[in-house]
Amino acid sequence: MEFKDYYTVMGVARDATDAQIKQAYRKLARKYHPDVSKEKDAEARFKEVGEAYEVLKSPEKRAAYDQLGKNHRPGEDFRPPPDWDAGFEFSGAGSGNSAYSDFFDSLFGAQARSARRGDFHSGQGEDHHAKVLLDLEASLNGGARTFTLRMPEFDASGRLVSKERTLHVQIPKGIVSGQQIRLAGQGARSPGEGKPGDLYIEVDFQPHSLYRIDGRDLSLDLPVAPWEAALGATVKTPTPGGTVDLKIPAASHAGSKLRLKGRGIPADPAGDFYVVLQIALPAANDDKAKAAYAAMASALPFNPRASLGV
Amino acid sequence: MSASDDRVLPGSLFDESARLSIGDLSRMCAVDERHIVEFVEEGVLHVIDVSTGWRFSGDALRRARLALRLERDLELNLAGVALAVELIEEISQLRSELKARR
Repeated sequence: MEFKDYYTVMGVARDATDAQIKQAYRKLARKYHPDVSKEKDAEARFKEVGEAYEVLKSPEKRAAYDQLGKNHRPGEDFRPPPDWDAGFEFSGAGSGNSAYSDFFDSLFGAQARSARRGDFHSGQGEDHHAKVLLDLEASLNGGARTFTLRMPEFDASGRLVSKERTLHVQIPKGIVSGQQIRLAGQGARSPGEGKPGDLYIEVDFQPHSLYRIDGRDLSLDLPVAPWEAALGATVKTPTPGGTVDLKIPAASHAGSKLRLKGRGIPADPAGDFYVVLQIALPAANDDKAKAAYAAMASALPFNPRASLGV
Repeated sequence: MSASDDRVLPGSLFDESARLSIGDLSRMCAVDERHIVEFVEEGVLHVIDVSTGWRFSGDALRRARLALRLERDLELNLAGVALAVELIEEISQLRSELKARR
């Protein structure tokens, strides 16, 4: 296990005051909080910062940590001496959500646990929450998907450990991004005789190769030939329910939006499916094609830039 | 907690149509009911039905947990939390519109 330098993580001097530590924490927390941050690895950084703050904000933990730090360099292999924490009393309740590093656990694990369980009593085990990325098809068709989730758990000796488990979940058809799947009884075991808690999985979609996803609505960019848009045509288009014949009205243009009501995500009510037309131009790479373009140019008095006043 | 097995667990949709009492929310978020009341008063959570006591939609669980994370991790006060939750939701709304237009 590596020795962690909490002062470097927080970017403060070893003799920083409580106020400086608090200020550094708030700044880093806003930067890396997973709910607001766009930084890569925000979650990992946030946990690291939270862990460092957990230690440095508490006078007892900080004193104990400083005591240890005298003899260790960051990154160096580290094993806590037996009874290293004798003589320190730990009071503050842990912030409670995140799995801290092995380094932290080996120092503060047992104390953090007893403090963090707090005074909230109910017969039932805690609910767990997770987020997953789902393919759109799972919502369109329903069906089972397999997720691997990492769950912090307390082991028999009260240490916080991260445990992986694999779940096969029947996806409710019609689920949309931001909604949650509830798995009854898949949360934490009850400390007493009560029921286990539930597991809530918040869903977001992976980008889809064809469709853009907007809530329960889907849209597709459909390329059409200039004459299909101008004269109207019936063309084949993919939809979530399979290929359909779509009628393009005459005098359509690039960006025209056609709605297929109720053919989006089969939620309740069902979303709509939008087809956005794009005009694809045939290449003018032989004499015949060039002649056809030239004929159009001479036949049509057309200024595509009329609206620009030129 | 059951370890990994081959059973397919039936997932139930937990959405706007779910109904939660203040007791449910308080238990699920592991906070005092008073805390939930404060969120309602500050406009972080919305009561959608009062015919048989306060009822919240399933979405309130997500909002309440977001609010609690912000409150705890960023040491925000209630008004700050309410503002942050509103802005976060507005940004995510705008992002998804942007993605759909692209």
